[in-house]
Amino acid sequence: MLHNKSYLKRGRGGKVFKAVKEHYLRDDIWCSVECCTICSHTEPILSSIPAKTKLVTKPHYIIPDTNVFMNQIDIIEHPALQNVIILQTVYEELRHLSLSVYNRLKKMINDPNRKFYVFANEHHRDTFIERIKEESPNDRNDRAIRAAVKWYATHVKQIADKGKSLEIVLLTDDAENIQRAKQDGLLAYSVREYVEGMIDTPELVDMLGNVRISDNKDKKIVYEEHLSASQITNGIKNQTLYQGTLNISMHNYLEGSIQNGDIQITILGRKNLNRAIQGDIVAVQLFPKSEWLRAPTAVIVEEEEEKNLAEELQENCKPKEQSEEADSDLFEAPQPTGKVVGIIKKNWRPYCGFINKQSVKGSSTSTLSENVSVYPIDRRIPRINIRTRQAQNLMGQRILVAIDSWHKDSIFPMGHFVKALGAAGDKLTETEVLLLEHDVPHQEFAQQVLNCLPVEGDLWVVKDEHLQRRADLRHLNVCSIDPPGCTDIDDALHVRQLPNNNYEVGVHIADVTHFVKPNTPLDEEAALRGTTVYLINKRIDMLPGLLGTNLCSLKSKVDRLAFSCIWELSPEAEIVNVTFTKSIISSKESFTYEEAQARIDDQRLQDDLTKGLRVLNDLAKKLRARRMERGALTLASPEVRYKLDFDSQDPIDVEMKELRETNALVEEFMLLANISVAEKIYKKFAASSLLRRHPPPTAFKLDNLNKAISAFGLTLHYETSKALADSLDEAVLPEDPYFNKLLRILTTRCMMQATYFCSGTFSVHEYRHYGLASEIYTHFTSPIRRYSDVIVHRMLAASIYDDEVYGSELIDKKKIEQLCDVLNHRHRMAQMAARSSVELHTNLFFKGKTEQVEGYVTRVLKNGFVVLVQKYGIEGIVYSSDNSKTKLNTTASNSTSLIIYNSHDNSLDSITGDGKKISIKLFDKVIVQVSVDEDLVGGGAGGMRQKLKLELVKPVVPGLSVSNDTSTDNNEIIEENNYNNKKDKRENTNGGRKKKMKIENM
Amino acid sequence: MSSRLELIGPQGLRTDGRRFNELRNMNCKPSVLSQADGSAYIEQGNTKCLAAVYGPREARTKAQVLHNRANINVEISLAPFSMEERKKRSKSDKRILEIASAVKQTFEPIIMTELYARSQIDIYLQILQFDGGTVQICINAATLAIIDAGIPMKDYVCACSAGCIDDEPVLDLNHLEESNTPELTVALLPKNDKITLLQMESRLHIDKFQQVMEMAAKGCKEIHTVLDKAVRENIKDLLKKSSI
Repeated sequence: MLHNKSYLKRGRGGKVFKAVKEHYLRDDIWCSVECCTICSHTEPILSSIPAKTKLVTKPHYIIPDTNVFMNQIDIIEHPALQNVIILQTVYEELRHLSLSVYNRLKKMINDPNRKFYVFANEHHRDTFIERIKEESPNDRNDRAIRAAVKWYATHVKQIADKGKSLEIVLLTDDAENIQRAKQDGLLAYSVREYVEGMIDTPELVDMLGNVRISDNKDKKIVYEEHLSASQITNGIKNQTLYQGTLNISMHNYLEGSIQNGDIQITILGRKNLNRAIQGDIVAVQLFPKSEWLRAPTAVIVEEEEEKNLAEELQENCKPKEQSEEADSDLFEAPQPTGKVVGIIKKNWRPYCGFINKQSVKGSSTSTLSENVSVYPIDRRIPRINIRTRQAQNLMGQRILVAIDSWHKDSIFPMGHFVKALGAAGDKLTETEVLLLEHDVPHQEFAQQVLNCLPVEGDLWVVKDEHLQRRADLRHLNVCSIDPPGCTDIDDALHVRQLPNNNYEVGVHIADVTHFVKPNTPLDEEAALRGTTVYLINKRIDMLPGLLGTNLCSLKSKVDRLAFSCIWELSPEAEIVNVTFTKSIISSKESFTYEEAQARIDDQRLQDDLTKGLRVLNDLAKKLRARRMERGALTLASPEVRYKLDFDSQDPIDVEMKELRETNALVEEFMLLANISVAEKIYKKFAASSLLRRHPPPTAFKLDNLNKAISAFGLTLHYETSKALADSLDEAVLPEDPYFNKLLRILTTRCMMQATYFCSGTFSVHEYRHYGLASEIYTHFTSPIRRYSDVIVHRMLAASIYDDEVYGSELIDKKKIEQLCDVLNHRHRMAQMAARSSVELHTNLFFKGKTEQVEGYVTRVLKNGFVVLVQKYGIEGIVYSSDNSKTKLNTTASNSTSLIIYNSHDNSLDSITGDGKKISIKLFDKVIVQVSVDEDLVGGGAGGMRQKLKLELVKPVVPGLSVSNDTSTDNNEIIEENNYNNKKDKRENTNGGRKKKMKIENM
Repeated sequence: MSSRLELIGPQGLRTDGRRFNELRNMNCKPSVLSQADGSAYIEQGNTKCLAAVYGPREARTKAQVLHNRANINVEISLAPFSMEERKKRSKSDKRILEIASAVKQTFEPIIMTELYARSQIDIYLQILQFDGGTVQICINAATLAIIDAGIPMKDYVCACSAGCIDDEPVLDLNHLEESNTPELTVALLPKNDKITLLQMESRLHIDKFQQVMEMAAKGCKEIHTVLDKAVRENIKDLLKKSSI
């Protein structure tokens, strides 16, 4: 064993240090080729007979360069590539270049079928090379890679002498590296050359990343060059640049913004966005104040954008609307605008999309490779140009594509095809798309995960041995209350009167941690999934069904393990004391909200269970009153529920979510349990408790809302949640009962997201939960569907049992912090996926239907307004200038819309034929016609990107409103629907359930 | 969950190329200072330490006099240039004092202090370069220097650290490793396997404890062979010189 030292210099916080690290060189690093007799490895990874291709006719092993992973990771992930040697140099470079690629590589290395071997060339005595003076680290690494390839090449030759013939192939996209390798007498190819030689898997060619190919013949520079990394760091340091995560507007994909501290910087136009994509962390330079935005932004319809593309690119970067309206200032203070000068961290991921038919030029039988453009489903992502031979096949399908590069002389990014998902419009495909788009892990549970389940399977029962350390509460009158069709019951309740007239109330939560032990594959999988995702027609479980819907689920009339939180409450619902214990319970009955409500109301029923429910209800009311007094907010969301047809799973009707007293009952005790548990675990794990906080809203958003409602003589005070709750209660318009709910919906949107956090990372006063007006809060009550609760269960168990064994997973601040980041992300994605699922079903519901309904204006834009239709919980834009029509009649220069935007009171005005003025303002009630716009950009049949179309009916604005020519009056339609409602009693139950939405959002 | 820091690569090699059960490269040389009664210089990887032993000699102050045995006084200093960042550290630094007291407690039962009542033995330890494992190198250096000074003691005291990375016991942590993992230091009398010091400041799962401790004990034994060899060679040299 040799020993050597390498010296590195490193700057940290500006200072330059000399870091000295030991670097041992070894003789015992083997080649890992199965048939090698020179090396004394015990478990060879590389097979003796690797594959051959048309290009390399001898069996060979592949050694890819770093850039291959960075640009062509999809190719490498293809199972056709086997027997790959990963050099340590490459491995470490990747770790510093891109964590996501690195993690994908790690997954492949761990898969024994792929035969990926990591060769520690940096620690091998013969392949280690010292950096030569004046040599850049990059050049040294390239040289190190070549040295390792050379070693391998000579090494396999030695094996080859003993009767085999083997080769080593270096794959790299760096032309210089290829050339140098060839000089050294090594086999080196670019990925394209190599993949084209793999005739058995032609699809690989499509998956090639398009790195240097640019289809812009005239090489016109479209975008400004990005600044170098050091310029950006300096700029941010001396505050000439601003850093932030780019957030593209949902309504206008050429409008983005970043939030830097208190200021929000808007970035307008393709040129200013400068190749940044939604979610990228970017560096932004502010424009001089004179160029700041003064008017609200317009909605950009894609079609319009297509046509304007050419003009826009010639024009300078200022949006044209601005010059038109320069004299009218709506905002007292102009909004800061700026441009992207550099991308600090890219957020590229595979995108679901579809091929634009117009871009496909080849004939239907052609198999030649051609350039086509792909429109991502996510409207905020620019279209992506890809090269594919299967354009004809892929039309009308949803496909997954990845972005490879975005050169400054190309308008759109270049990408490559990854895989086809299925026909567009098909419900299964669309569900798959929305799961992929929201990054929801939805594959089947792996065998090693299922191996962690109890061997008895369905036959598992509570035995006497479980009684150890557990309280036997099977004699109590425990019951559960859940939505209809709920199969994963994670909470149950009981109450009984104590001799001192106090009540003992128990909340019993499924004891998931009895089955999910830390650091098992099951635990890791659950941590990765983070939460169960509820879609309209599907539920993606966090835990395998056996646990979620059977062994953990607190079903009635069977013994189940539980974690109980038991209070002694005074008749006034004040906590006298609280105890926690693991227990065994036997639920007497599992009610639906409706059944429980009926029992409470039916005075003839006087059994213990019903009496208990009534007591619980009374206590809950008192708890609720007290919570309201503290300033808890009642917020609202425009949620609806779809009834699905039993067979086809198609939505047949919608209904508003109904809230009963019993919903509130359950909610109240769950909140109480969560708070009690949070206090308990915080005592034990002061630095590493997993808690949940809800920061107060920022002034900026609520001020805008305040401005809008000042027209009604109302204001919202938001200094404390109490003030906000009170002012919300007062904001009632007697003539419009829905106004208050609408206001609550809009206020909800101004709220910050509640997030999980690790108690050690925030100061104590920041723990506060604004919405619930609680000093401390966590999630404890739904361990079947939330991983956070699983961790909290473990923490609580460690807090109450001294002999509970636990490891670093509960005390390592860093681990908990990372976990919180993952859970917050999963949680947000789950919510968004659920919302998208509703949207998908709304589209299905309106397919081939048009309906006129009442809605409210929730936002006024320059060329349109946003309408919320309460009945269906949908929101959409009504465009005031229908471009497709007006463009034909008028020339582009005088595209005066029929409705004029009035910047003074933020309204849209129009003059009718008889001279009457109609104006549309925020909170106005309008009637709109809803239909599905099947095909916006697909350019043909297939419904590429379904979109709800809203058109104005009332007030009547000439040229804009669709005529109200349907003979049936609006009201009649609604009534008719109500009639249908009654008729159809069949309720679909195997779909997802949405439970306790309010707690969820809190 | 992943991070950019990976202490063990997929080949089972640590960041510096060692395997789990391998010590760092070790060099040691007794009798490097002529002024001191006994001295030693020792390197364990990039951690380097110089030890000087004075005594047994008359106690400096009356307060330190113990009427039935010798008093052991240990002073440790960390050279300002020993770490990446140049920084002066005062002698009364709490961490250094703690290590000094650990070293003192380790040697008190081993050195036959009762032979030198009312006297004092001074052990000065200077860390010249730091790359993790302070306690172990201080003890090893002191052992060599005490032997060099000819002070009677019951056995060698050999110290070694071990930790646990990703549930895998790992021997002789360097600075990068010890700042990210629980570290256990064991000082052992190699002849009869008696442990005289067992120190751990972070949390380690009880299931792993036994394995990690055995790993460290194995390291101590290896260190013992290295130290023993150095001592014997030094004596051979001395004999050669005196015979001329």
